[in-house]
Amino acid sequence: MKELKIPLIKNGSVIDHITSGNAVKVLHILGIPKGTSSVVSVAMNVNSKMGKKDIVKVENRELDPQEVDKIALIAPKATINIIRNYKVAKKHKVELPDEVIGLLSCSNPTCVSNAKEPVKSRFMVVCKDPPKIKCYYCEREPEDIADRII
Amino acid sequence: MSFFLIKMDFKGRDIISIRDFSKKEIDHILNYANKMIPYAKGKKYEAKLKGKVLSSLFFEPSTRTRLSFETAMNRLGGRVIGFADPSGTSQKKGESLADTIRMANSYSDAIVIRHHQEGAARLAAEFADVPVVNAGDGAGHHPTQCLLDLFTIRAEKKGIKNKNIVLVGDLKYGRTVHSLAHALALYGAQLTFVSPVTLKMPIEVINDCKELGVEPLQTVSLDKAVKEADVLYVTRIQKERFPDPGEYNRVVGSYKINIELLKEAKKNIIVMHPLPRVTEIDPEVDKTPHAIYFKQAFNGVPVRMALLSLILGGKL
Repeated sequence: MKELKIPLIKNGSVIDHITSGNAVKVLHILGIPKGTSSVVSVAMNVNSKMGKKDIVKVENRELDPQEVDKIALIAPKATINIIRNYKVAKKHKVELPDEVIGLLSCSNPTCVSNAKEPVKSRFMVVCKDPPKIKCYYCEREPEDIADRII
Repeated sequence: MSFFLIKMDFKGRDIISIRDFSKKEIDHILNYANKMIPYAKGKKYEAKLKGKVLSSLFFEPSTRTRLSFETAMNRLGGRVIGFADPSGTSQKKGESLADTIRMANSYSDAIVIRHHQEGAARLAAEFADVPVVNAGDGAGHHPTQCLLDLFTIRAEKKGIKNKNIVLVGDLKYGRTVHSLAHALALYGAQLTFVSPVTLKMPIEVINDCKELGVEPLQTVSLDKAVKEADVLYVTRIQKERFPDPGEYNRVVGSYKINIELLKEAKKNIIVMHPLPRVTEIDPEVDKTPHAIYFKQAFNGVPVRMALLSLILGGKL
């Protein structure tokens, strides 16, 4: 078996195939290190069959689907492995849903979704890979999705 | 009355963006509007919307859009409630748009809204069971203006396909031209966009036209563009949309349509403007046969009559 650059984890999540250079943004989306005492390992620019990639391992934390959706916005080829007792208990490739609700703020300051209205932000996914989204309300397409994550 | 027979079901439908409509649906509305003309002029009368109430919620100033909606409703025997200035409403006390819409929804059969925030009409539609008509949402959409513009071009130029249509002025912030560019591309018009560099048509609109098979020309020179134009659609540089007053001062007065300029154009060119105009069209042009803008403004009545009839299910 090929030796890993970062150690295996007993329980937690491994996010693999992150677009090279985006691991730090993934950590930002996951709110790490704030609010968690989990051990986090990051490997960047790791060689793989499909070129360079980043990997993030988060111990003792299983990602929930909403977090997975958020990751797909900036790492559309990522896979999530849920590890239990050193074994892969669940594995799936992230995929953006057709709509992303409540995860991002609109880049348009005069969009009604940025006003104090009782609605969550809502974006239609125009393209899944590379991710391209459009505000349901004002139809503006944010250029840097990572910057818009709430 | 045969013209009141409705072949497509628009009842209860929101009118938020022209993009929500197919060409066939737009044609249907325009054909229906054409038959409304004698009713819009008061030469015929049918109280087909008697008993119906329209909420007219104008959070931003308006002359033509608001008055023509009110006229349209009145000409069909309906009634209008609402406001032309939000300063007298609970919005001043901090009420959300959503709550204002909930109220209008419970008082009326349809809602017309103009608001300064983009997406406001779409939000309103989420909180209303009755149909919502977007009368302008910030720099977003103004679908009924778009419909009356199409109606006018179709009537004056006997069609839209392959007509050379020049849009000039503030193409960045002007909501009218965004909707119109899409619709004109849908009809296969040849498009030229003339604006100062800082007020160019947004890339999303250009891409939208390309997807519809139309490759718009972009230029800062009106003199060249006007020579081949069948339609010259002029817009105001809208001071209220500029985040930076300095940017406004640099571009205001960039283009002026006057008789001298029109001498270089085709003899049958028509000049359109969604109004209000400030200095961009010389009043001398008003007297020429090229000036269509007042007729265009009137066309708002039959078009809005048609729309209101359709969405209220007017078994007309």
